[in-house]
Amino acid sequence: MQFDWMKIPYALLTLFIVVNFGMILTALVAKIAARVGRRRGIRIWQNYADLFKNYGLRSSITHGAMFYLGPVFRLTGGIGLLLFVPTIYGSYVFSNLSFAGDLILALYFIFFGTLGMALGAAESGHPHAAIGVSRGLSQVTTAELPLALAVFSVALQYHTLSVTAIVAAQQGGIEHWTLFTNPFAVAAAMLAFLGSMMRPPFDVVSAPQEIPIGPPTEYHSSYLAMMQTNRAIFPIAKIVVYMNLFFGGAASWPVFCLKVFLIYMVSVFIGVVFPRFRVEQSIRWFLIWALPLGVLAIVLV
Amino acid sequence: MKEELLKRTVKGPDGVEFEVEPLRDYYCEAAPTVMPGAYIKIVEDLFNWARAESLWILGFGTGCGAIEMRPLMTPRFDAYRYGIQWRPTPRQANLLVISGYLSVKTLKRAIRAYEQMQNPKYVVGLGSCTINGGMYWDSYNTIKRLDQYLPVDLYITGCMPRPEALLAGFDDLKNLIRAGQAEGANQYAENFDWYKANQKQVIHDWDMPDYNW
Repeated sequence: MQFDWMKIPYALLTLFIVVNFGMILTALVAKIAARVGRRRGIRIWQNYADLFKNYGLRSSITHGAMFYLGPVFRLTGGIGLLLFVPTIYGSYVFSNLSFAGDLILALYFIFFGTLGMALGAAESGHPHAAIGVSRGLSQVTTAELPLALAVFSVALQYHTLSVTAIVAAQQGGIEHWTLFTNPFAVAAAMLAFLGSMMRPPFDVVSAPQEIPIGPPTEYHSSYLAMMQTNRAIFPIAKIVVYMNLFFGGAASWPVFCLKVFLIYMVSVFIGVVFPRFRVEQSIRWFLIWALPLGVLAIVLV
Repeated sequence: MKEELLKRTVKGPDGVEFEVEPLRDYYCEAAPTVMPGAYIKIVEDLFNWARAESLWILGFGTGCGAIEMRPLMTPRFDAYRYGIQWRPTPRQANLLVISGYLSVKTLKRAIRAYEQMQNPKYVVGLGSCTINGGMYWDSYNTIKRLDQYLPVDLYITGCMPRPEALLAGFDDLKNLIRAGQAEGANQYAENFDWYKANQKQVIHDWDMPDYNW
């Protein structure tokens, strides 16, 4: 097998663009949410200052190897998800390291970070971290069920497990998007999307008022900075998967920015309007509303 | 010393006996050390800029002054636009605001919270009570001068200072940090024995290790 080594610097270039895009986009979204609350919100470059500060802290303590590996796994989940899915369709430079079965790998990577974080936070020994982790895992698991069903439905529909082939099948106009050819799968996946974006109504995992910030309670300095980096990458990477599977992918960077922003705004709109669910409410909500849509998508395809 | 903090032998549910020494098992007794900044000046300047523009306050109100902090989160004052936000855990915070009078009982908690924060960290004394005791100057149960117990970077005077005064104070703190003059954590490490002696003088039921990160 021939491996094209030039793909590695190109993939890193994609990563660099996405990190910066993610930092600015999350700040912009925070600003929009603040305007809803009639505040001005954080500055657009605030995330960079926070990140530099946390990397620049002089002291840090550890609770053991797994505590150290938690943020590493989380960042791996975000970067891995981004690197194995084509970012820009039809571009050699930004097709990253995608291959024939990348859809299955993407599903793994979406869950990977949460799992790593659970192990790391558990080793910190803080009770709030344990509560946050148990909430997070149960919520993400139920949110993942409709997503998995929707992904299987899409894979059955196009007879392929390659994200590139799925995007290729959707080219040629908006009516070819999975959004219109398989609406039930997209509906199930978009409901699942809300559950993993860490926004209301599904942000009880890290409820700062109740269990001080949940899983990352003990995390600080570089550990926290790595999680912040992931916080910039992971939502974008996940939206890239959604965009490729359901919304026709993107053939250029401007289209990419617009589509990612609009998909992100879905969770923001719902987040600023609806109050927070308790974790058992959100589990019930996913099982009652999102899961049947996923089953329907599988049955109808 | 409380009974549950004493060294003792415990029999577990599976019948195995083991020794427990809470003060050694759960805390670290290593004293803090002076931590120099980055070797290259431009890097340290960049970090100081980032530290100044990203003040994470520990959400811990010690006295009545805490009520002047809450409006800062609201649309009227909105401190977030100056890079100021609140963190619920001392691990992630880098600014401890002692808001108003500090009773001896709360001082103990304030010390523990401060020592769990990571270097560099800043302390702001809010209100006259932290400067000279204020209206509690003759109280048997509050401390008079905060800087004898924790290294204070900045005082905001008033009883109570308005939220605007707080914002102005945070602005001054930012200038101090940017100039590299807010090295309270290192001062604390340098004069560790002096601070501990002062703390132990007022806290009579000292039931924690000397340094608990």
